[in-house]
Amino acid sequence: MIDKTVASLHEAVSVVRDGDCVLISGFGESGNPTELVHALIDHGARDLTVVNNNAGNGNVGLAALLESGNVARIVCSFPRSTASHVFDEMYKAGRLELEVVPQGTLAERIRAAGAGIGGFYSRTTIGTPLAEGKQRRVYNGEEFVLEDPLHADVALIKAELADRWGNLTYRLAARNFGPIMCTAATTTIVQARKIVPLGDIPPEAVVTPGIFVDRVVEVPNPVSEREMIENGVHYLGGRKP
Amino acid sequence: MTDKLTRRQVAWRLAQDIQDGMYVNLGIGMPELVANYIPGDREIVFHSENGILGMGPEPRDNEADYDLINAGKKPVTMLPGGSFFHHADSFGMVRGGHIDICVLGAFQVSSAGDLANWSTGGGGVPAVGGAMDLAVGARRVFVMTDHNTKTGEAKLVRECSYPLTGLGVVSTVYTDLAVVDVTDRGLTVREKVDGLSFDELQSRTDAELLGRETCGVLNSPEVG
Repeated sequence: MIDKTVASLHEAVSVVRDGDCVLISGFGESGNPTELVHALIDHGARDLTVVNNNAGNGNVGLAALLESGNVARIVCSFPRSTASHVFDEMYKAGRLELEVVPQGTLAERIRAAGAGIGGFYSRTTIGTPLAEGKQRRVYNGEEFVLEDPLHADVALIKAELADRWGNLTYRLAARNFGPIMCTAATTTIVQARKIVPLGDIPPEAVVTPGIFVDRVVEVPNPVSEREMIENGVHYLGGRKP
Repeated sequence: MTDKLTRRQVAWRLAQDIQDGMYVNLGIGMPELVANYIPGDREIVFHSENGILGMGPEPRDNEADYDLINAGKKPVTMLPGGSFFHHADSFGMVRGGHIDICVLGAFQVSSAGDLANWSTGGGGVPAVGGAMDLAVGARRVFVMTDHNTKTGEAKLVRECSYPLTGLGVVSTVYTDLAVVDVTDRGLTVREKVDGLSFDELQSRTDAELLGRETCGVLNSPEVG
């Protein structure tokens, strides 16, 4: 019998170790597995590399994870935002290493890792400072640069529906990085708004097949980072203010 | 003194060059205005790189859903026929040449169509987002920008001094003074605002401008 459901967020993230690379789904405030990220702060694994399109907002979710001091390095395409003060201060103080990757290259590096592809050539970054030091090839008269796959130890994903096999659906455009990140980690951990009986998700509606998923925890009323930020929430985990 | 176009008028003028049936990506900020001025008889499919085709207008305030946002992280709506997809598919559409037109802002555009729009090369936090993918991937890149910076410097330049976003990627530049095509010979003025002489336009431009004999009048109605 296959049952990937776990009872608690704490149990879901217990696999994360010091030094791990962690993919975190979401784009802006859509699709962020905020509860899993807060559980990871509580779990306390240190020296992490995190991968997300952005670098967190306010003092919740990814921003709170950065603020916990447990992240050594972040890989993202667009760290700046109106509320990215945690990242901004840590980066300027030299307390966080940053790798900026064009958004499509970031997505394809993750996809390649999940699909067993040992890198790929892209025209993106040709002629720009981000192409410096990269191996090149000419194909059909056009220049391309070599990009590496981006593997991770763990992926933290927010989904809408899940079943005990780990089949997933996503809500609206909250899908964004979820399906590709599920494929690229040794252990994929999902928070779903609802865990439904096997068969309730019609096969043609499954977006991520369960083969890519390892652990599923139900979070029935996921928080909105946007509302938390508006309400001045500051997630500290076990730390004292 | 010649009247410059407003940003909305630039958006209107650019929108007239988007043909029925096209798949279009509008960059964050000023380019988003273009959606308001697509002629009513044209069916355009808007792409948002976070994973949407068939994006509709802003929702009414009480109908905003933050799982349905555009690349600028603002709430949007879906049109009938719209679809969602993951990020790798979304940028496959971009790099694979499936997007007909992408509209981007610019710090500088060079005579050769090089685009600089992500970094002014100084300190601060580097951030690139999807601009480099869109610049190389879209079949045509339209740039929408003021002709000069707030301090009067030219944005159409012989060579970009800022770090590039893409090499030779721009098709056409729509400014508050002119519509300028990037051609094999250089920057060719297609239209300029009425009452502005070619020499005056050239004096506000660092790059050499072609099209003195052939350029027409840049007309754009008063639009709200």
